[in-house]
Amino acid sequence: MLTLNKVSLTYKNGKNAVPALEDINLNIVKGKSYAVIGPSGCGKTSLLYLMAGLIQPTAGEIRLAGKGPGKPQQKTAIILQEYGLLPWKTVWENAALGLKFRNVVGEEAQKILYPIFEELELTECLRRYPSQLSGGQKQRVALARALALRPELLLMDEPLSALDALTRENLQELILKLWRKHQITLILVTHSIEEAVYLGQEIVILSPRPGKIRAVVTNPGMGSKGYRHNQLFHQKCSEIRSILEENGQSEHTSQVCS
Amino acid sequence: MSTQARSVHKNSVTSYIFAVFFLLLGWEILARILNSPALPEPLPALIQFIRIFPQGLWEHFLVSTYRVVLSLFLGIAFAVPLGLYIGREEKVDRFLAPHVYLLYPIPKIALLPVIFIIFKIGDTSKIFLITLIIFFQILVTTRDAAKKVPPASIISVLSLGASRWEIYRNVIIPACLPEIFTAVRISLGTAISVLFFAESFATIKGLGYFIFETWSRISYTEMFAGILALSLLGFFLFLLIDFLQRLLCPWLYV
Repeated sequence: MLTLNKVSLTYKNGKNAVPALEDINLNIVKGKSYAVIGPSGCGKTSLLYLMAGLIQPTAGEIRLAGKGPGKPQQKTAIILQEYGLLPWKTVWENAALGLKFRNVVGEEAQKILYPIFEELELTECLRRYPSQLSGGQKQRVALARALALRPELLLMDEPLSALDALTRENLQELILKLWRKHQITLILVTHSIEEAVYLGQEIVILSPRPGKIRAVVTNPGMGSKGYRHNQLFHQKCSEIRSILEENGQSEHTSQVCS
Repeated sequence: MSTQARSVHKNSVTSYIFAVFFLLLGWEILARILNSPALPEPLPALIQFIRIFPQGLWEHFLVSTYRVVLSLFLGIAFAVPLGLYIGREEKVDRFLAPHVYLLYPIPKIALLPVIFIIFKIGDTSKIFLITLIIFFQILVTTRDAAKKVPPASIISVLSLGASRWEIYRNVIIPACLPEIFTAVRISLGTAISVLFFAESFATIKGLGYFIFETWSRISYTEMFAGILALSLLGFFLFLLIDFLQRLLCPWLYV
């Protein structure tokens, strides 16, 4: 559904050109879930923005179901780091924002939103502002806003990084459930190995900046019952960890460098 | 939440009563220490205010209110859209910023004679002068607020497919509103000071005129009634701005 062909991205910082991503080749298959993992500053977020059509590559091409994403796509939704909610809008207004930009308002918007609010257990806090919500609730509002657009491709940028362990696990379950139910193609950027293994059928491992694809690891156990407590899960985590640590470039060292 | 809001409201009413009491007390003490006819005690001034307000002071009050409110409105109407625009357009800002910085520090109040000659001595010249002065205060604050709108908020609505106008409408304007309100509050103080000066000659209406006129008649209690009226005008407009902020920025009060 989404193909990245020799995609590179260079940021201009004054006179300096900073390469962020180099020679990325990826073929995203419809309905699958992908986790993108790599050290801090390796261009994970840039990769997501490229796939969302928010920025354009400096070289190579990105094709969404045959077309190049010139601008944010109708069938793509992205959930940004820190949820991307607007502090001056209520839960309802935030969730309805994407629909409003597509001229879906009033009853039509309600028809789409209410089932989603119910599914995400948000009906109690529709009139609240983001500052009145917990981290988990904010994340669910961001999910509601994305789901309202009925996306085929859902991109998530470190969606659960700011949450406590229990809330994070609950939301991982929720994301899994939504992915199955709505048959969305999911691409999730994370810095947590466990999260990548729990949520990604394919785990894309990036190298430190400029980010290149170091490996794409298939994770056949993903989504199976009790996977988190399964021996296979821990084995997969170790496998990812050892790839990340190859050549002595662990998350830690790259964090110190960047 | 509503009980909380009510108790906050109650608190602010109580603290206003206290503030008024302490200010009057300070005034009383100062008047007794100075013992000058130029600073009457609060009670005679208040009695005078209550006596002459219905007799004609109200007319000066209304004229001054009209001049300040219209000037504030015009200042906001010109400065806010321009500030929002140049705050988001780097090229335009680079071109306009030197102009603004050269014009901003000019004591525009000194242009009063020029303005009187061009706009004659009616309301227009006074309103123009006040508008001109507060325009720059609101412009600079609004521009700086627009510059620091978090990029994440803009990317967030862009990813939802927002158009340029929708970005202004849903992100830039609400993000800047609290600072615009602060600028308007500060401008209100400036506007009243400039009003007082602009009304001090070439007019027979307005609280500035009233204060100067009673001063020339050495009627100090009447003069203080005028000063009270001017203070009340500022206070009521301050409350109005607060009320409008509550109405337009409800997320700040949750």
